[in-house]
Amino acid sequence: MLEPTVVGHLLGFSAYEGLVYGFLALGVYLTFRVLAFPDLTVDGSFVLGAAVVAVLIIDGVNPFLATLAALGAGLCAGLVTSLLNTKLRIPALLASILVMVALYSINLRIMGRPNLPLLREVTIFSLASQLPGLETRLVYQLVGAAVLAVIVFLILNWFLRTEIGLALRATGDNEQMVRGAGVDTDKTTILGVSTANGLVALSGGVVAQAQGFVDVNMGIGMIIMGLAAVIIGEALFRPKGVARLLLAVLAGTFVYRLVISVALRLGMAPGDLKLITAALVIIALAVPYLQKKIRREWLPPAPRW
Amino acid sequence: MSENKNLLKLRRISKVFSKGTVDQVRALDKINLDINSGDYIAVIGSNGAGKTTLLNVIAGVYPPENGGKIFVNDRDVTGLSEYRRAHYVGRVYQDPHVGTAAKMTIEENMAMALLRGQPRGLRAASNKQRRDLFHGALVPLGLGLENRLAALVGTLSGGQRQALALVMATLSKPAILLLDEHIATLDPRTAQIVLDLTDMVVTREKMTALMVTHNMELALRHGNRLIMMHKGRIVVDMNQQRKADLTIHDLVVAFERASGEEFVDDNVLLRPGNVVGTSDL
Repeated sequence: MLEPTVVGHLLGFSAYEGLVYGFLALGVYLTFRVLAFPDLTVDGSFVLGAAVVAVLIIDGVNPFLATLAALGAGLCAGLVTSLLNTKLRIPALLASILVMVALYSINLRIMGRPNLPLLREVTIFSLASQLPGLETRLVYQLVGAAVLAVIVFLILNWFLRTEIGLALRATGDNEQMVRGAGVDTDKTTILGVSTANGLVALSGGVVAQAQGFVDVNMGIGMIIMGLAAVIIGEALFRPKGVARLLLAVLAGTFVYRLVISVALRLGMAPGDLKLITAALVIIALAVPYLQKKIRREWLPPAPRW
Repeated sequence: MSENKNLLKLRRISKVFSKGTVDQVRALDKINLDINSGDYIAVIGSNGAGKTTLLNVIAGVYPPENGGKIFVNDRDVTGLSEYRRAHYVGRVYQDPHVGTAAKMTIEENMAMALLRGQPRGLRAASNKQRRDLFHGALVPLGLGLENRLAALVGTLSGGQRQALALVMATLSKPAILLLDEHIATLDPRTAQIVLDLTDMVVTREKMTALMVTHNMELALRHGNRLIMMHKGRIVVDMNQQRKADLTIHDLVVAFERASGEEFVDDNVLLRPGNVVGTSDL
């Protein structure tokens, strides 16, 4: 059914996808796991990054600058969500949904129309394809994504171990203790949520350049994909320590994309993708609860927020 | 710094909860209190007397009402929020979970505590020098935690976590240490260890401490000053000399005289010899 060359291509393609969507998963990991801040801005900030990249590249801006601008735009989106939460006390889930919905209109405004092609524009991948040895589409995509991923990994791995990074991680663990230690947890929350959405928008900007177009609806379900990737990474690798956690998230994204690619190759209708991803996350969230229920452990009622 | 200088001054501190509803509670009622440098104050009082609220106001969790003022070393800190006041205040809570972060290692927890009230930057949160410092601070506990710096705090027992919380609260040598029934949920043996350690740290570092407790025996034996609260007011304030020969019975009499009420807190009366009090919640 699956020829060896097909297998190789699937693995390579999933590796590339695991890296570019991995930025998004790292962002989701930062908010959901590190900060315990359920942030749904992702569906909007992913497209925001893509839209900003597309418009700038079409205007002739250097694709690396355009990619950085996407990251900056994502930071701003995260900034708004976290300000709504910390300064106006709107619950995180609602604040992020509000920004996500608002971003749909903003993204349409940026793009001017629902989709933009980038096929003949100069992108980071078209530049990479001019380097010797990187002529094949899969190779230059993979190498380009890998270089970016290494940079992002090194920065995050360094930052999360700094004094500020530690305060950020502690905020999601025990906010009361962190305030008691003299840290303004509003600031760490704002920093974390902004950084996370910067990563998500970076992912959107890179994906847009790789696939050669932007669609205003391309963000639907991205938050669930990110969650699925994080859950898979944690379940498969049970990582300890900052570096391994980050790598596990990237690896989890790779496994998720691989499973999806194989399923599509085996005839799954592309339209069913979201349903299956949602089911995957529901199972992953429900199984630990059901296990405890079977063991008759006491469990608190489900949080509403 | 002279020994008798007022380190902490509270002026007309009031705090009302659920204001304007049938559940209105006057937790603190125009309290004035001068705390000298080196005071180690046991704070007792029945449930709802305002003990925890007093600590919360000192820590900056809520601001006082109606123009109440708080001064640390004659500096007005009334307007400073909790995190801005952390420089002056270390705190150990009743629940060990509140004072420590479960999903981080002992080393990471201590690195958080070390920089209490100081600016945090982009330096590495921990290094060899800081690890040595953490190691040295944990050795006196005698719990072996110094050899488990990389262990997640969530894997420690409640007593170990509370001992760690105490070390963390004092690591940056804050001017004021607030202990909110910090041994109430521990088993008697661990409670004794944490209590001995508290005395040791407070004495060694010449700290100024407020220790809230439900236990009169404890309040008599520990600290060099004792205050008793009732309905948001301080009804008894004794220095070390007056406290020295006191019995629990004397305290009860003092309470009844000061408050004009009969003393009816079973928590305090029924188990005078037991260091394990009950919850203030």
